[in-house]
Amino acid sequence: MKEIQKDLFFKSAIELSRLLREGQLTCTSLLDAFYAQIEQVDSSIKAFLRLEKNRAYEEADTINTRFQKGDALPPLAGIPIALKDNICVQNSQTTCGSKILENYISPYNATLVNKLKSHSLIPIGKTNMDEFAMGSSTENSAFYPTRNPWNSDYVPGGSSGGSCAAVAIGEAPLAIGSDTGGSIRQPASFCGVVGMKPTYGRVSRYGLVAFASSLDQMGPISRTVEDTAHLLNVICGHDPHDSTSSPASVPDFTAALHRGVQGLKIGVPSELFNESIQSKVKASLEQGLNRLKEGGATWEVIPLPVVEYAVPTYYIIAPAEASANLARFDGVRYGYRNKEAQTLKNMMKQSRGKGFGREVQRRIILGTYALSSGYYDAYYLKAQKVRTLIKEAFQKAFAKYDVIITPTSPTLPFRFGEHTQDPLSMYLADIATIPVNLAGLPALSIPCGFAKGLPIGMQLIGKAFDEETLLAAGHWFQTVTNFHKQTPNVISIGKKIKHQNSTLNK
Amino acid sequence: MLNFESVIGLEVHAQLKTRTKTFCGCSTQFGAAPNTNVCPVCLGLPGALPVLNKKVVEMAIMAGLAFHSQIQPVSVFARKNYFYPDLPKGYQISQYELPICTGGYMDIQTSEGTKRIGIKRVHIEEDAGKLVHQGADAIAGATSSLVDLNRACTPLIEIVSEPDLRSPEEARVYMETLREILVFIDICDGNMEEGSLRADANVSIRPKGAVPLGTRTEVKNLNSFRSVERAIKYEISRQTEVLKSGSKVIQQTRHYDDAAQKTQALREKEESHDYRYFPDPDLTPLRIHPEDIERIQKELPELPQIKRGRYQQSYGLGKFECDVILSDVNVMRYFETTAQKVEPVSVKELAKWIIGDLNALTKEARQSFSSIKVTPDHLIQLVTLIQSGKISGKIGKEVLSEVFKSGEDPERIIQRSGAVQISDTGALREIVDHIVMAHPEVIAKVKRGKTQSADFLIGQVMKKTKGMAKPDLARQMILEKIASL
Repeated sequence: MKEIQKDLFFKSAIELSRLLREGQLTCTSLLDAFYAQIEQVDSSIKAFLRLEKNRAYEEADTINTRFQKGDALPPLAGIPIALKDNICVQNSQTTCGSKILENYISPYNATLVNKLKSHSLIPIGKTNMDEFAMGSSTENSAFYPTRNPWNSDYVPGGSSGGSCAAVAIGEAPLAIGSDTGGSIRQPASFCGVVGMKPTYGRVSRYGLVAFASSLDQMGPISRTVEDTAHLLNVICGHDPHDSTSSPASVPDFTAALHRGVQGLKIGVPSELFNESIQSKVKASLEQGLNRLKEGGATWEVIPLPVVEYAVPTYYIIAPAEASANLARFDGVRYGYRNKEAQTLKNMMKQSRGKGFGREVQRRIILGTYALSSGYYDAYYLKAQKVRTLIKEAFQKAFAKYDVIITPTSPTLPFRFGEHTQDPLSMYLADIATIPVNLAGLPALSIPCGFAKGLPIGMQLIGKAFDEETLLAAGHWFQTVTNFHKQTPNVISIGKKIKHQNSTLNK
Repeated sequence: MLNFESVIGLEVHAQLKTRTKTFCGCSTQFGAAPNTNVCPVCLGLPGALPVLNKKVVEMAIMAGLAFHSQIQPVSVFARKNYFYPDLPKGYQISQYELPICTGGYMDIQTSEGTKRIGIKRVHIEEDAGKLVHQGADAIAGATSSLVDLNRACTPLIEIVSEPDLRSPEEARVYMETLREILVFIDICDGNMEEGSLRADANVSIRPKGAVPLGTRTEVKNLNSFRSVERAIKYEISRQTEVLKSGSKVIQQTRHYDDAAQKTQALREKEESHDYRYFPDPDLTPLRIHPEDIERIQKELPELPQIKRGRYQQSYGLGKFECDVILSDVNVMRYFETTAQKVEPVSVKELAKWIIGDLNALTKEARQSFSSIKVTPDHLIQLVTLIQSGKISGKIGKEVLSEVFKSGEDPERIIQRSGAVQISDTGALREIVDHIVMAHPEVIAKVKRGKTQSADFLIGQVMKKTKGMAKPDLARQMILEKIASL
C-alpha cells in the first residue's frame, strides 16, 4: 500500500479506478491520500478555497459499500474531483472568488454536480479562481492568489487557476473549470495539464454562476485525454433547465480515443504562428505539429485574419452580458450588503462597490457603456456582427481542415504582477483561446513542451460537436509523448514558498 | 382662441392566467405566504436560468389574434436593465425590438358610434415582485420594506395602443372593451383593482387640426376604469392651462391621486431611463409556426362583439340584455348553454328570466352562475311549464327560488306542493259555482250590467284555490255561471 501511496496522486483517474475495482484501494483511502497531499502542498499552492471533507467521506463510504457488494459502477466511480467555486453545490458555499458572495450558500446543485453525483464521483472541495471568472491569472481572486506548481513565482493562469493547479500538483486527479474566453484551456496550458472547453451547449450551464451567457461553458480538467473523454461522458447532455443546452446526442467519447491521426488535416492560423507568439512557445508547437505529422497527419499554415478582431469583440460582448448577469448582486437578497448606507441607492452602490473587486467593476462599467443608448449600435451590435464573421471564418476553414491547432497561450506562464498594472496586456493573454468561445466551438489544450521549467500547451480546435476528433488527436499525441506525465517537484515547493512569501505583494 | 385636441395612447399590462410562471415551474396562485412560490430561477439566484412556459406564448398569440395583429414567426426576448429590490435579477426579461405581435386594432363603441383604435404591439414579459412597506402606505414615511417575490416572473402581456384615442371617455371605453376581450378569451381576470389589469396613459394635446404631436406625459397609478377617465380628463385640462398660460408641457411621469383627483409629477426633473435593452442570451429566439397559429385561431373563443351581433340577429336580444349577459363570463356561458337547447324563438323569454329573477337570486346569494343549482335544463323546464299554462308566472318565480335552494326539478316541486295551476275545468267549475251561489248580491249587480263586480268573485276563487286557478278561466266561468242563472 505504501508504494502505491507515493505516486497515487499523479495517477490518472482511470488508473485509480482500476485500483479501486481491483480492491487495492478503497474510496476512503483514496480520499485520505488526496487530502494528505492537499495538506502537504496547499498552504503553498493555495489552489483550494475550501474542502468538503465530511461530505466526501460520506460519499466514499456509500460507494465503498457498493464496490464491495459488486454493484456495476460507472468508470469514474469513487474518483475525487475538485470544483471551481463558481459552480453551485447545494448547502455549500459558492463564492465565485468574490467578497460579495463570501458567505453565500447555494440552496441547489448545478446540473453538472448532479451528474457527477449520479456517476459516483466525489467532489472534495472548491477551487480558487479569478473573481467571477474575470481574469487570466487567478490574481483577481478576492481571497488569495494561487501559485503555479511548476514555479511559485509564476501564475497558474486563470480564471480556473485553482482547478488546474490542483490537478497539476496531485491534489485531485480531476477537476471542473469554466471557460468563457479561455479560462480552462489557458490555465491548463500554464499548469501542464489537459483542459477542454466543449462545444457551446454541450454542458448545461444551470448552476454555473454566469459571467457571459453566450460564451460560458464548464469543462473537464485532467492529467490525460483519456480521463477527459470519460469525464465528458458524465457531464455532457441536454438539460431542460438550460434553454441554450443543445439537444445534440452525446456519443461515447471514449470510443473515439483510439482513432489515431492518420489522414488528419490540420490548419494552423498564421496570426497565431508568427512573431506575436513567444519563440519558445512557437518552437514547441512546431515540434508537436511535426509529431502529429509522423503519425500520418498533415499540417499547413492558413490565413485566419478575423482572429485579429477576436479580443476586441470579446471585450465588448463578454462585459456587456456580464454587466447584466452581475446586476443581481445588489445586496438585497443574498451576499454582502453594506449596512451603513442610508438610502436604497447607496446601499446598492456601496454593497457592489465594496463587494466587487477592481477588475469586475472595470468590466461591468465597460459592459454597461457598450450597451448604453447611443453606443449600443457602435459597440455591442457591431461586435455581434464581427462575431458572426469569426464564426463563418472558422466554418470556412473547417470545410478544408479537420482540426485547427494553435498554441494555447502566446507566451510562457508569466510572473505575478507582470500584467496587473495593464489590464489590456492581461486581456491579450487570451488571444488564442477567445476566438473559440466566440465561435462556440470545442477546444482541447494538452501539454506539448516545457521551457525554463514552465509548461507549454497546444490547443486543438474542432468543428462544432466534434470533440471526438480532438480527443483522438490528443490521445494519440499522449501515446507518443511524455509531457503529460511530467510532474512538478512537490518537495521543493514547500521550501521555496517559505522563502518567497515575503516578496509577494498580494 | 386656440382649440386643443387631446391625443391619448394606452399601455396596458395584463396578467396571464397560466398555472405556472413565465420562466419557471412555480405556481402563480395568488394569496400564498410570502416567498413560498419561488425557486432559484424566479429568485434570480446565481447560476439559475430561464425556461419559457409554452402556455404563455399560446395566450399571447390568442391576444394577438383577438386584436387582429400580425403574429411574428420570430420574436426575441430582451433584457430590460434597471435596479430595484423587487427585480431579483436586476433586469426584467421582456421583448423589445422584435415583439411577438405587431399591429392590429380594436373597435370601440362610444357615444359617437364605432371607432377603430390601432394596436401597435403586444409583447410578453415577466412581472416583478412586490414591496410591502412597513409603517406607512407608501415608501414615503415607511421604516422598511419587505420584498415578496411570489409575483416575480409571473407572466404579463403588454398591449400598446396607437395614440388614436381622443377623449377620456374613449380611453375608458377602450379599457372596458379590452378587458372584455381578454376575459372572454379566458387569458386574464381583467381586474384593475386587484392588479391583474394595469394601465398607463400617455397624454398630450395639440392645436386642433395640427399634425405634429404635442409633448406627452405618462400617467401612472390608474386603478379602475373610472380613474383612467378622470386622470386623463385632469391631465388634459392641466396641459391646456399650461399651454394657455404660455408655458410648455414638460415631458415627465405623473402619478394619479384618486382621492385628490389630480396628477402629480413624481420627480422634479425627469431622468429618462436608459434600459440598455439587448437580446437575452439565455433564451433562444421564439419561433412560431403557421400550424400553431391556425390551431390557436380555431380554438379561440368567440369574441364578445361577435356574440353581440349573433344574439341580436338570432335571438332578437336588445343592447341592454346583451350587456348584462356579456358582463359576466359565467352568465354568458350559462345563457349560451341554455340557448343551444331550445329553438331560437324561445331564447328571448329565457334571457328575460336569466338576467331578471335568476340573476337577482344569484347576486343576493353571492354565488356565481357557474355554480348555481338551477341548471339550464331546470330553467327551460320551468319556462315551458309557465308558457303552457300549467303554472302562473307568479308561481313560477316561487318555484325558481325553490330550485335555486334545493336543485330539485321544477316539475317535482310543483307536483309535491300541488301548485299546478288549476285549469282542470271540472274541479274549477265546482268551486266557481259554489262561490257564485254564495254571493247573490254580486249576481244581481252583474246581471244589472256591472261586470266588474265579478272581479271580487275571481278574488274569492283565487283565495279558495290558493292562487292556483287560472284567473282568466275563473272569470269566464263566473260570468257563464251568472249568465245561466
